[in-house]
Amino acid sequence: MLKELWNDAEGGFHPASAPDFLPQTALREVQLRRLRAVVARAYANVQLFRERMDERGLTPESIQSLQDIRHLPFTVKTDLRDTYPFGLFASPMSDVVRLHASSGTTGKPIVVAYTREDVEVWSEVMARTFASCGLHRGDILQNAFGYGLFTGGLGAHYGGEALGATVIPISGGNTDRQIMLIRDFNVSALCCTPSYFTHMVERARELDIDLRELPLRVGIFGAEPWTDGMRHHIEAEAGIKAYDIYGLSEIIGPGVAAECSAQDGLHIFEDHFYPEIIDPETGEPLPDGEEGELVLTTLSKKAMPMIRYRTRDITSLITESCSCGRTIRRMRRIGRRSDDMFIIRGVNVFPSQVEAALMAVEGTLPHYQIILTRKGGMDRMAVEVEVTPEVFSDSIRGLEDIRARLAQSIERILGIRVELRLVEPHTIARSEGKAKRVIDRRHEG
Amino acid sequence: MKLQQLSLFLENRPGRLEAPLSAIAAEGINILTLSLADTAQFGILRLIVRDWERAKRVLEQAGWVVNLTEVVAVDVLDRPGGLAEALRILEDSDLNIEYMYAFSLRRGDKAILIFRFEDPDRAIQVLTDKGLHVVDGEELMSFVP
Repeated sequence: MLKELWNDAEGGFHPASAPDFLPQTALREVQLRRLRAVVARAYANVQLFRERMDERGLTPESIQSLQDIRHLPFTVKTDLRDTYPFGLFASPMSDVVRLHASSGTTGKPIVVAYTREDVEVWSEVMARTFASCGLHRGDILQNAFGYGLFTGGLGAHYGGEALGATVIPISGGNTDRQIMLIRDFNVSALCCTPSYFTHMVERARELDIDLRELPLRVGIFGAEPWTDGMRHHIEAEAGIKAYDIYGLSEIIGPGVAAECSAQDGLHIFEDHFYPEIIDPETGEPLPDGEEGELVLTTLSKKAMPMIRYRTRDITSLITESCSCGRTIRRMRRIGRRSDDMFIIRGVNVFPSQVEAALMAVEGTLPHYQIILTRKGGMDRMAVEVEVTPEVFSDSIRGLEDIRARLAQSIERILGIRVELRLVEPHTIARSEGKAKRVIDRRHEG
Repeated sequence: MKLQQLSLFLENRPGRLEAPLSAIAAEGINILTLSLADTAQFGILRLIVRDWERAKRVLEQAGWVVNLTEVVAVDVLDRPGGLAEALRILEDSDLNIEYMYAFSLRRGDKAILIFRFEDPDRAIQVLTDKGLHVVDGEELMSFVP
């Protein structure tokens, strides 16, 4: 019976998506009820939250309205490290059915936990994510997010199954096999990081396989910031619609927010994840529409509630209604993370600025890497850019010209001198997960 | 009359030249001649091979960026002043040479030069009119033992 209601290729509607269309007043009621419950749960079960609330003279009863959330203390990434491994759990281990952990580039990873209910909520928000990106029962979904401790693989897997799609759990890596299965299994949708898909597109071209001629029609990309230029490149090269999704392990994994057919901002599944935008310097909430750091509160998490978690992601909330009909609010695509930023000679630089500069010259985003070094107390920034067929001409002058234009484009945006090096294709390491754009060697040697 | 030349982008660092040459050698493709143009940071390897279509495919599948350029081969007398004479004709005809290099093999008293012209078709016309011999692909192969 339920299956009859599932969305299908004729444009039906998946029942899991119902909360996306809640009237505003009903949505706010759900949020307040859940907020009070999660604060009470965190206060009762997690020492860190209790101590911080006590310090401020707060109790769960202090939360009378959604606006009262601003009185609650923030949670930051180091809190997860400091309480490693299980210090922020609000459920006994006997109720925890799953653990995931972040890759964590330095020191200890961070650990996150799920009860059975949490896994159900996660499956639901991922099903809503896929439905929002136009997937339905009957779609063949190749899941190239990494399976394992990383939340991407299993999160997308459960969501795809909940939606009723056919999930291929291929995980990341082995690009030639990825391309073979896309072709042989009539894959209609694929999810992975945008940088890995760019690599697949490039590899397919080398293998003389035209992705545009295959049934693949939707790409669902997340786990790292990417630009609209990259989207246009991917869409044109692979003949697909490319959607941005957003999530982070600390909150649940993928499934926090997703684009819809309008491709104009990501709908936050705010019946489960309450968003705020704050000034990253002062911590003060900012009015709707202003750009700042995204702060999220998990409204229904059981095993590991997060109260006002600072994501370090910079965005703004869109309050205008969306053409797709969803009533849940949207956020702008994340162009930059406050911790991706690096400072060189006193200038704040985001990799996305370098991307925009490269794209302005080449039209598409080449593979690139930023390398920071220090020589004689002076910081230097080099950008390595792989030569593409589009820019390679059989003339030294042509190459010198493109090199100079790329360097000037970056220098114009950043206002600092960069050394631009053209490098051979495939010399910059490809990532099967998140791309590593910045190599900082300033503190070596 | 025009020849297809493959150009590859290379970084200017030790060992970079060997990789593409090995890749085509492994496929049994013979290189008729090659030239290198370089700056401090990068270079362009230009190749004339027997089977350019297959060589291009092999190199691209191995991940190289390959550019296809039309060049013209001209034979000149292999004696002092032989090249100067040919160049004078080109100069008088206002033909722009982007670059040139010598073919590695010679036949009898003839040496072969490879030219990249701005306008290869007009160059062939002018050269032929002036009595110079433009060597086509098939004839070029006959130079190779």
